Amino acid sequence: MAEISLPSRRWKKPPFIKSARLRWALGIGAAVYLALAFGTMEVNWGRVAEGLPRGINFVAAFFPPDFVTRWDEIADGIYESLWMTVTSTVVGIALSIPIGLGAARNLAPRPVYLFCRGILAVSRSFQEIILAIFFVKLFGFGPFAGFVTLSVATIGFYGKLLAEDIEDMDPGQAEAVRATGASWFQWLNYAVQPQVMPRMIGLGLYRFDINFRESAVVGIVGGGGIGATLNTAFDRYEFESAAAILLIIIAIVMAVEYTSGYVRKWVQ
Amino acid sequence: MPVLQADGRKIWQRRERGKQLAIWGGWLIATAIFVYCWQLISEKTTWFFVLDAHVQAADLAERMVPPKFSYMEQLWQPLWDTINIATLGTLLALVLAVPVAFCAARNTTPSRAFVRPVALFIIVSSRSINSLIWALMLVAIVGPGVFAGVIAIGLRSIGFCAKLLYEAIEEIDETQVEAVTATGASGPQVLSYGIVPQIMPAFAGISVFRWDINIRESTVLGLVGAGGIGLQLNASILSLAWTEVSLILIVIICTVILSEWVSAKVRHAII
Amino acid sequence: MLRVVDLIKQYRTGDRALKGVSLDVPDGQVMALIGPSGAGKSTLIRCVNRLVEPTSGQILLNDLPINKLSQAQLRRARRSMGMIFQEYALVERLSVMENVLSGRLGYVGFWRSYTRKFPQSDIDAAFDLLDRVGLADMVDKRADELSGGQRQRVGICRALIQHPELLLVDEPTASLDPKTSRQIMRLICELCKERGLSAIINIHDVMLAQMFAERIVGLRLGEIVYDGPPEGLTAEALTDIYGEEDWTATIRNADEDDGGEEAVDDQDYAAPTPDRDRLAGMT
Repeated sequence: MAEISLPSRRWKKPPFIKSARLRWALGIGAAVYLALAFGTMEVNWGRVAEGLPRGINFVAAFFPPDFVTRWDEIADGIYESLWMTVTSTVVGIALSIPIGLGAARNLAPRPVYLFCRGILAVSRSFQEIILAIFFVKLFGFGPFAGFVTLSVATIGFYGKLLAEDIEDMDPGQAEAVRATGASWFQWLNYAVQPQVMPRMIGLGLYRFDINFRESAVVGIVGGGGIGATLNTAFDRYEFESAAAILLIIIAIVMAVEYTSGYVRKWVQ
Repeated sequence: MPVLQADGRKIWQRRERGKQLAIWGGWLIATAIFVYCWQLISEKTTWFFVLDAHVQAADLAERMVPPKFSYMEQLWQPLWDTINIATLGTLLALVLAVPVAFCAARNTTPSRAFVRPVALFIIVSSRSINSLIWALMLVAIVGPGVFAGVIAIGLRSIGFCAKLLYEAIEEIDETQVEAVTATGASGPQVLSYGIVPQIMPAFAGISVFRWDINIRESTVLGLVGAGGIGLQLNASILSLAWTEVSLILIVIICTVILSEWVSAKVRHAII
Repeated sequence: MLRVVDLIKQYRTGDRALKGVSLDVPDGQVMALIGPSGAGKSTLIRCVNRLVEPTSGQILLNDLPINKLSQAQLRRARRSMGMIFQEYALVERLSVMENVLSGRLGYVGFWRSYTRKFPQSDIDAAFDLLDRVGLADMVDKRADELSGGQRQRVGICRALIQHPELLLVDEPTASLDPKTSRQIMRLICELCKERGLSAIINIHDVMLAQMFAERIVGLRLGEIVYDGPPEGLTAEALTDIYGEEDWTATIRNADEDDGGEEAVDDQDYAAPTPDRDRLAGMT
């Protein structure tokens, strides 16, 4: 009956990280990092105070936005963005299929795998804008540079996801088709394609959506599309026009998103 | 039914004729759209420059090697800023995204008619507008510097984080929530015992994933003056210091690959 | 006839799944391969059509040295070996017909298979087979809409439309209920008789093996420890294969049970979990 004399047993939620030392190290590390990060961040509060009215102006410009004054430029920019989006999505996906196949570990021999993974890593590492700067340098101003930029970015995105999807496919189905004596291409068509297709169609639409959004910024560095118009609007402090452009972008992105939702349900 | 009878034999076709035609028609329209768009682009393109591009590329490549490694000394500060922009921006986004996500999820929103559409609109607008555009606006408002970058990344990431988070909330197992409610728990208690444990892994995964994306994004914010390594990149490009540019590109690749590796490791540890 | 001589398979992890297996399967013989998980059953049948590359040894199918073929020759050789899988391994998003026709892939060119324009003789054969297994009105269903037994029937059609000389059957009943298991086993054996095929059936369930196979081979740790008729499978033999256990119930049941449809649930040890060598075979 010794237990009775003991104080009642206590319970505490066990901590998420088991080792106390690691827990403290992580906690202190995070605190030090945050202190340093905030410490080195210079905020010029005077400038912020000065700018706030401008911010309020900007928000006020949404009520109502001005679609009319610069309509011709806006329409031009939007169309150009849409063309760039369509062509770059198509070309990017077409190019990323062979690269994605090569970058799937269960499909490609080792050297091909490493080569394709290398292409994907490089094209994914650079933000679209950096790519755009260089392609504008090479191809001159205009939508062609934007098209190339978005195509390359699409390869990085789509190729990587395709490769991962192929690596995750059901090996049983793949093995069964191989056992029938199918050639490599037949195997691809009968075992791999049906398994990855639905998701890849969904991702293609998603990439279309991303490309449209990105097409709004490649223009800032001269790659054509609505970005140029938007940049000009900001430079001239024409917040009403800028608001109109932003609203149009949001509307188009929403429209694409809804459509792609339907298409995805339909291909399932 | 694609199985037909003909001369006493069954013929099988993959699809009905009408459906097959519809698919061919779809391809035709898609091709036509593509060709049309391509033509419009090609009208606006000076093909002379494009055909000349390989010469330019070779010339540029030649001027970019060897990278000027001594320039590295001046890159540590911007690199540190870049990482801070990504990290602090992600934290800001997470703090703001949590309430938005709970308002947007069908099963936790306070009001489906009023609050949910507002939350969804916040998500869409934040997602639709690229961080560079956010930065463009914020530089105009709060002035150039890291601060504008942090807020730009934060505002841009709210939509992404909130969207993934509210989808996770909508997918939770309702019976667990019911069980907690059945004990007589209050609203916040249900939240902390029934819902939060279920979405915690998703939350952690989303944060790390977004952080990884934000590292990449924050490398360019400097182009519009919002701090980070993009500032140096822009300056070097404008002054045609190509050996510096190539070093910056190398630094960016290394940072991005490292952050991707860290994020993959952390996500792996969580899940 | 299939002749396997001194087959050795060593995985890269160092596991020796097969330690010199020799085996002859004459034409028309239905042979069951039994053994505990990890004994190398799946590895053995996957070595026969080289879904798993054997480390050393010989495999001769009608004197054709399977283990020495080039990739192109191997594809030809695979046409004459039909394979039926555990968990069916149908391509789930293709229709029943496409799955069955995928058995003809070794015979038609890429373009024909891509556009699904198979020769009419193949289509006829597919319809005949689907009629034979009782799936005539499922032709355009997607494979993932079917029940387990139906899927396995499609899997059987896919293997048979290859016009194989040999059937390799990997745990055909592992994910089926006892009644469907018997139906599937009976179907496989009947079809083998009708077409004079030989078959290697890798199976967990000793009773099913005894009921349907003409010959039983017991594998333990990559070695053959029993090779003989089903009647010879005594308690001692089972102990050799699986280790010490009370086998009387298994043997008695098999004697009494003459294949009644309302089967007793007697598959205690036939846990349908994929074993290690199967997982290894998948990679």
